[in-house]
Amino acid sequence: MATEDLSLLKAEAMTQSTLAAVDHLPVMPLLICFVFGSVLLMLRRRVDLHPVLAIPGLALLLATDIAILWQVWTNGTMTLMLGGWLPPFGIAFTIDMMGALFLTAAGFVALACGIYAAASVDPVERRFGFYPFLFMMIGGVSGAFITGDIFNLYVWFEVMLIGSFGLIVLGSRHEQLDGATKYCFLNLVGTTFFLIATGYLYGLFGTLNMADIARKAAAMEDTGPLLTLVSLYFVSFAMKAAAFPLNSWLPASYHTPRFVTSALFAGLLTKVGIYAAIRVMLMIFPPERAELSVVIAWVAALTMLIGGLGALAQSDFRRLLNYMVIAGIGTILVGLALPQLPAGTDTGPIAIGMSGAIYYAIHSIIVMTALYLAAGVAAHLTGSSSLHEMGGLWRHNPLFAGLVLVLFFAVSGLPPFSGFWPKLFLVRATMSADMPWLAAMVLFSGFLLTIASARVFALGFWRSLPAAVDAPNDDERARIVGERFSAAGPEKAASLIPLLMLTAFVVIAGVWPEWLLQMTASATAGVLDPSGYIDSVFGGRP
Amino acid sequence: MNSLILRFAAPYLTALMALFSVFVLLRGHNEPGGGFIGGLIASSAFAIYGIASGVAPVRRAMVFHPVSIAGAGLFLAVISGLGGIAVGEEFLYGVWWFPTFMGTELHLSSILFFDIGVYLVVVGTITSIALGLEEKGRN
Repeated sequence: MATEDLSLLKAEAMTQSTLAAVDHLPVMPLLICFVFGSVLLMLRRRVDLHPVLAIPGLALLLATDIAILWQVWTNGTMTLMLGGWLPPFGIAFTIDMMGALFLTAAGFVALACGIYAAASVDPVERRFGFYPFLFMMIGGVSGAFITGDIFNLYVWFEVMLIGSFGLIVLGSRHEQLDGATKYCFLNLVGTTFFLIATGYLYGLFGTLNMADIARKAAAMEDTGPLLTLVSLYFVSFAMKAAAFPLNSWLPASYHTPRFVTSALFAGLLTKVGIYAAIRVMLMIFPPERAELSVVIAWVAALTMLIGGLGALAQSDFRRLLNYMVIAGIGTILVGLALPQLPAGTDTGPIAIGMSGAIYYAIHSIIVMTALYLAAGVAAHLTGSSSLHEMGGLWRHNPLFAGLVLVLFFAVSGLPPFSGFWPKLFLVRATMSADMPWLAAMVLFSGFLLTIASARVFALGFWRSLPAAVDAPNDDERARIVGERFSAAGPEKAASLIPLLMLTAFVVIAGVWPEWLLQMTASATAGVLDPSGYIDSVFGGRP
Repeated sequence: MNSLILRFAAPYLTALMALFSVFVLLRGHNEPGGGFIGGLIASSAFAIYGIASGVAPVRRAMVFHPVSIAGAGLFLAVISGLGGIAVGEEFLYGVWWFPTFMGTELHLSSILFFDIGVYLVVVGTITSIALGLEEKGRN
């Protein structure tokens, strides 16, 4: 073949633009995750080096995520075609405002958990690969937020799952393997649904690029099969997100691994399901999503109810938090359940509600991670995570107790912290969409969570340590208290710094919410009207 | 396994299969083959050696821990994608060069290094699993 033919073919099939350094940003989070992950795998005998390398790696990841967020915020959606192949055939990495927000939140909690793990994960578990699995899971999560190709999204789901399988069995205790089996099996069923739906989608559209599908779906006349397709996707993403009635795997498994692993899972994994649901259902198939909105509303309401009641019923701090995660998922789904007004109006209930839902998702990523880490600290200090045995934390560690109080206010949606504003938006949106029962459910679930949090705080923090109260005399009492609360010495900083970081966000996003609200509003606008997303991928090409 | 024939034949089989796996890896660009299938062949070679003469000799023969080999493979695969960035194109863009070596034109590319990375990842993971299953009563 002559060279001219080759260059002609290249001109036909490959991108021609010259790239600036900033254009490579979308791939950088993944590069960082896999380079650090693989180097740590090679250094498996030097576990003492793992935190020293991993924490700067995670900090670099967060810096890159923030750079991407800044770039998308100032210059709009950015696209990188991997390998230089033109869309829709090449794999597109497309980051819009919603992706960038989720990506940055993920980087933030990954750094917090990485620091926390430096103190809490022992050398044996590090040797079995805690940090490499962490990087693999974060790589999968970041990839899911970055990619603009639906099959690639499936691949990142799998990468994330493999990383999380590794993390959940680290330690190999009996109950852990029991939890991991349920977790693995149900998540594999969920991803299989995703794969089936994607095969069906490819059969219908002949393309996997999300921007291309959005274009073709909007122009499609015979939309009958699409409802089936969207229902299949909804089942798979709802399973990932632990929405009622597919939520049973979460309370069965999240309390079994290390606290830091639970924190990562609770913060990130369910939110990836939510992100994918918003991306696929709202951006690509808006009319079908609108038809399903009654079903979604019921799912959201029941998820919130199950989460709230479950949290009330538990007497173990971490199991209680499992249900708080589920309640949060229900609250985010409310945003997806709102009716869409006719085209051209971007101020409908869905715009307000979705903005609130994305805000709530970001808040939930951060606050749930923080609460699980706090539960880990509390369990370490008092020697138990059962509410029957905890106590005395307020007196012995007021700073820590104060941080937890802030987090409890935030998770219950009370002002002035980050959970309040998104709930306000969601209630306003549901009221203006004529769904007062759903608004009532948002408030009722917040009320249940308030009671559940108050219970934990009263029993675990305010009350004196039960073991000390039962002690026969003062000396014995002092000995018990001294024993319990001296255990925290060396790792205090490593466990407090992440909590301080995360709580700082909760306070800032609660007291000065405007900057984040502007970002989530812009993210919502980008999802409701995907023309910016499509233009970024195709750049005006037909 | 206590079979004289297998124990005698295993080293030869292993050597042959390891060599064949490299051949399959290298022909993979335009013909059937490649890093994944090559890696599977190589790890079955190690598995046979393990069945015949126990796990410890295999670990000694591999020098590096299988998981470290997988890590090195992942590293190589990621780094090979940087070739595209180095020539001013996208990540994972295929970079080719054609050096002449002893009168023969060689077709080298960043894709080859990606494939070698895949090969190492597969060798590392599958061997690690196989040896883990063959090893009895470890912790």
